[in-house]
Amino acid sequence: MSPVRVVHATPASRVGVAVAMVGLVALTAAPAWVARSDLRLMAEIYSYVVLASLWNVLAGYAGLVSVGQQAYVGFGAYALFALAMLAGVHPLAALPLVGVAAAVVAVPVAALMFRLRGHYFAIGTWVVAEVFRLISAQLSVLGGGSGISLPVSIVIAMAEGRQMREFMIYWISLAMLAAVLGAIVLLLRSRHGLALTAIRDNELAARSSGVDVRQLKLAVYVACAGGTAIMGALIFLQKLRVSPDTAFSINDWTAFVIFITVIGGIGRVEGPIVGTLLFFALRQALTDLGSIYLMTLGAIAILVMLFAPRGLWGLLADRFGWQAFPLARRVQAS
Amino acid sequence: MPDALLEVDGLDAFYGDFQALFRVSLTAQAGAVTALIGANGAGKSTLLKSVAGLMPARADAIRFTREPVGHLPAHALVARGIAMVPEGRRLFPSLSVEENLLIGGQLRRPGPCNLARVYDLFPILSERRALPSTALSGGQQQMCAIGRALMANPKLLLCDEISLGLAPIVIREIYARLPAIVADGISVIIVEQDIVQALAAADHVYCLQEGRVALDGAPAALTREAIAAAYFGV
Amino acid sequence: MNSIVQGVLIGGLYAMFAAGLSLIFGVMRLVNIAHGDLIVLAAYVSLLVTQSLGLDALSSLAIVVPVMAALGYALQRGMLNRTLGDDLLPSLLVTFGLSVIIQNGLLEFFTADSRRLQAGALEVASVPLGALSLGVLPLIQFAASIAIIGALELLFYRTAWGRAFRATADDPTVAQLMGLDTRHVFALAMALSLAVVAVAGIFLAIRTNFDPAIGPARLIFGFEAVIIGGLGSLWGTLAGGIVLGVAQAIGAQLDPGWQVLAGHVAFLLILALRPQGLFPKVQP
Repeated sequence: MSPVRVVHATPASRVGVAVAMVGLVALTAAPAWVARSDLRLMAEIYSYVVLASLWNVLAGYAGLVSVGQQAYVGFGAYALFALAMLAGVHPLAALPLVGVAAAVVAVPVAALMFRLRGHYFAIGTWVVAEVFRLISAQLSVLGGGSGISLPVSIVIAMAEGRQMREFMIYWISLAMLAAVLGAIVLLLRSRHGLALTAIRDNELAARSSGVDVRQLKLAVYVACAGGTAIMGALIFLQKLRVSPDTAFSINDWTAFVIFITVIGGIGRVEGPIVGTLLFFALRQALTDLGSIYLMTLGAIAILVMLFAPRGLWGLLADRFGWQAFPLARRVQAS
Repeated sequence: MPDALLEVDGLDAFYGDFQALFRVSLTAQAGAVTALIGANGAGKSTLLKSVAGLMPARADAIRFTREPVGHLPAHALVARGIAMVPEGRRLFPSLSVEENLLIGGQLRRPGPCNLARVYDLFPILSERRALPSTALSGGQQQMCAIGRALMANPKLLLCDEISLGLAPIVIREIYARLPAIVADGISVIIVEQDIVQALAAADHVYCLQEGRVALDGAPAALTREAIAAAYFGV
Repeated sequence: MNSIVQGVLIGGLYAMFAAGLSLIFGVMRLVNIAHGDLIVLAAYVSLLVTQSLGLDALSSLAIVVPVMAALGYALQRGMLNRTLGDDLLPSLLVTFGLSVIIQNGLLEFFTADSRRLQAGALEVASVPLGALSLGVLPLIQFAASIAIIGALELLFYRTAWGRAFRATADDPTVAQLMGLDTRHVFALAMALSLAVVAVAGIFLAIRTNFDPAIGPARLIFGFEAVIIGGLGSLWGTLAGGIVLGVAQAIGAQLDPGWQVLAGHVAFLLILALRPQGLFPKVQP
């Protein structure tokens, strides 16, 4: 039998990868040609793409619909502040430690949560997030219920000068974006990614095909927890202040993330990117409307879910056969 | 034909892109037992499901007592007098035997069939009325499923593969009740894998092959060779 | 001791939160993320009714219950029926969106101010029981919880409609063959759920201050009561609510800030040690 190989690229994805490469270079150079306030906005956009992409892998691929990822955003933020303020670790060095710590915490959480199925799993993750929030409010050493600001001494020690500090946070956010998207693409290209897609389509069939569903789900849950925590730490490092209600806000870190992913297109890597851009465009347009803005978001998410469940990117991709990343699988004789 | 209770006229059926029925036409007479036979995948169950309203159809592709009903959903057809015994029995596991029967009579259509009549037909059900339906044997479940459909006081009873998975003696026992059901004024269409049983019980037989009617007639008028040819398409 | 009794009584309220939730899950495998917000919505509707018609809180039940039931029917028939199916994402996300809309709609309309429903003289009346003094209102509410759960059990297991609900939950396709319009059955189930929500909302509003943001916590308490009690059993849900209420009461005794946390811990402990709950119904 002649050997075959699996080819991942498509004409569209070649374009997509090229655009991504060019984009990455341009965005890295952004500090040179973008105003500082816009840099913050861009970092915010990157953080939402990261959070949404991780949620997309969790819910859209592994079928673990969590409504409690804010637990890890907040955990990451608090862990960073704790390491920096109580253990004297340089904030940037603390970032990977935060990820590891979150991954470790995620293991027993998963052990408990995996006892629940479907919707009940979702609410269970919410309860866990609430537990994290309530515990953090009891930590008087970290400000208790009103929260705490990062001491000036630590802030100054991070980098030389305010501008450099802002640039560093921007670059690390961009690096996180590239790393997370890259990791997701690599995962989905691998046979684990194939297994994940199988689980998403039909868990029972996947299991009987030999996929260790539980192991894979656990690995995905733990990895996403770590990634989410690092992102959370970065977000609050930029804000310089953490409090239980902001760190564990279900609105900011779950509602928006879910809406982004659903409206952009769940179950596709491009979905969260498209969704985030749309989200920020909407925010610019409706910025002064407060709760009306949220209601609009909710209404759009409902309409999308009812009438276009594959999201905006899903509509485009299915219509035109686009794929921005090399994730196709075609068998070729080699 | 003056007595046709059900007329199927040029019925198509699809599962996604796959076409299961190709312009099928048949009639079922009032007061008669009509049998649909054919190999697996021939379209017998699909035809029955379309008549029962579980699959979409053109309004005039199916006429019941001369009214076009093809477009109506299943629950509306029950109100009109079509009841189905689904393939695989499919009793409600959360309900007891008696509750399964009672829910068959949910619509309270007027007619001779009530709980007493069903227990008359199938005495074993009366003995086990309070048990969960899952506690019944295969044959008893089939009787319960038939009884459940009868409780709707249908004019037309559709029976999908009632012999499936049952021992021959049990099958004969069930089919022995058919004349009593017809005597109550209920016409019957049976989908049957067991050709001998179908020919013995039916007044008229249709043989389907790959979504088309390949043969029809009264059992007496059909030869074994003709049936085999229609069944297997050779 | 008094706080334990108070915990038992509020457990009844939690069971009321939970009853509507588990009813819906039982009949159509749908978990309504907006459930808590609908409880709060009922409280606000009652506020409007009592203020504009001069009724007292308990009398407003006569209007709020039908209004919420009608809303439930419309919601299910118009929107949620479309989300039913094997994939849980549509219903979860649509009800999540609904939750956001309701919360923010209430915020827009009523502002974030804390409100309270007046129940008149009943509020301060109390009944002596041994060494304790129990408020009349909490007792009425506990009695209402028992009555509601008893009524639901009766409905589900002794009436034709209960049969219809159970059959449709078992097998919606075959239920149609019985002449049941499943869209209608599901909508009726949601109407029933919101009728219970209405009662729960009014008792909540009498008991505590409420504002648009407290919905999610009520959902969580209801959910915890269901899991602690065991899926599939309404009386188990009552037990679960009581366990939750008592756990919260004990937590509050140790430290006021630990009240809700103690409830969560009890829930997580049950999940860890007895995940099927205290009184699970054995499903066939």
